[in-house]
Amino acid sequence: MSAAQTVQAFWGIVRRDLTVSMRHRSDLFNPVIFFLIVVTLFPLGVSPAPDVLKALAPGVLWVVALLATLLSSDGIFHADFEDGSLEQLLLSPQPLYLMVLAKVLSHWFITGLPLTLIAPMLGLMLQLPAAGMVPLMLSLLAGTGTLSFVGAIGAALTVGLRRGGLLLSLIVIPLYTPVLIFGASAVQSAIEGFSIAGQLAVLGAFFVFAITFAPFAIAGALRISVNG
Amino acid sequence: MASWTWFHRLGSPKWFYEKTSRWLPWLALVTAAIMVVGTVWGLAYAPADAKQGNSYRIIFIHVPSAFLALVCYYLMAIAGAVSLIWKMKLSDMAVKSCAPIGASLTFIALVTGAIWGKPTWGTWWVWDARTTSMLVLFFLYLGVIALQDAFESRENANRACSILALVGTVNIPIIYKSVDWWNTLHQGATIKFTEAPSMPPEMWQPLFLMIIGFYCFFALVFIMAMRSEILQREKGTRWVELIVKHRLNKLTNHDD
Repeated sequence: MSAAQTVQAFWGIVRRDLTVSMRHRSDLFNPVIFFLIVVTLFPLGVSPAPDVLKALAPGVLWVVALLATLLSSDGIFHADFEDGSLEQLLLSPQPLYLMVLAKVLSHWFITGLPLTLIAPMLGLMLQLPAAGMVPLMLSLLAGTGTLSFVGAIGAALTVGLRRGGLLLSLIVIPLYTPVLIFGASAVQSAIEGFSIAGQLAVLGAFFVFAITFAPFAIAGALRISVNG
Repeated sequence: MASWTWFHRLGSPKWFYEKTSRWLPWLALVTAAIMVVGTVWGLAYAPADAKQGNSYRIIFIHVPSAFLALVCYYLMAIAGAVSLIWKMKLSDMAVKSCAPIGASLTFIALVTGAIWGKPTWGTWWVWDARTTSMLVLFFLYLGVIALQDAFESRENANRACSILALVGTVNIPIIYKSVDWWNTLHQGATIKFTEAPSMPPEMWQPLFLMIIGFYCFFALVFIMAMRSEILQREKGTRWVELIVKHRLNKLTNHDD
């Protein structure tokens, strides 16, 4: 097994996952639609008054984006588990760490990235001040990667269980709190006219930390789930 | 390899069960003594606080349980690491036994905090840094318990929970720091409990005693949980059968 083969396997997985999600369009659109629908609930449930929405917008957008990532992360390994290709992945001579990394990065590509791109539109609907738009996108871009990795740990732990969905939320949401705090705060600070460099740096640090260590936990969890 | 035999013996459920049978009554006695002395001292003899009056006395329960709640999570994670690395039976059982105890301690800390908050802050719940991180810790425990419950195979449940406990442990300092930082942003909304570094010895001495008492209590409950777990898992073995027979004989003799 050479390095070239490993690189090939890595890109092979990325290409395959992206192709599969292109063919199942719903994988691609469901998180975005979820984002849109749940954001709509807030003006209905709280108040359509622009002042109220403006105050809520940073937090609501971040919370809903977090939930959309969470719910979609249930599917990272599910189809592969059902049709046995996850088992093949575990048996393959390639390092599982990198294979898992490829899977989670492609998950981020098909959920975190679309959510980031659609967020400004929802920001407009929630009367988010213009100063918050770019920080919203930047913080989501940096934060959703971490969310995907942490969500993948939960997904790997629960993939073999019959009713994993709700359980996944239970075990992952507490771990999401730091990302939410810094993400929402970046948008809020920007609206109030402060620098957001600090928050973005912390979000970036979380992402580096997650990308380095989470694949170990995910790989370990997958071995347990598949053997069980 | 001979030097490692003690380590392997430590992992033997039978050895643990037999040893703790002898320790347990003593531990129970010590725990009861310390807790009774600490409680009476704290509730009856320690002086009332200048500002909070007698309502501060709940810290003699609140602080030790909050303290042990965190210790318990770390213990669970260490046990999880041991069971992932050495696949020891005993550490598997430790992971399972820790979660409900830790969740209860966290719950006690949250409830006593709320009860203390009512006379002090005028409200049952304040989103301050410590309360919020305690709540997140409670959720982490609930996640471990839920995950343990969801697996059909006991072995997989343990290994999955060990991984989750380790991931949680890495996250706890991050969560605490984040919540702390978040709280300083929203300081206007909360009333900061002025920390009392100059707590007089008449107050911190019983508190210290209560913390030791809670440590003993935790050890006691933990060992009892481990023992019942051991009996359940090893019910097919000869030594457990003998213990059960012995107990049954005792019971029937008693009835006569």
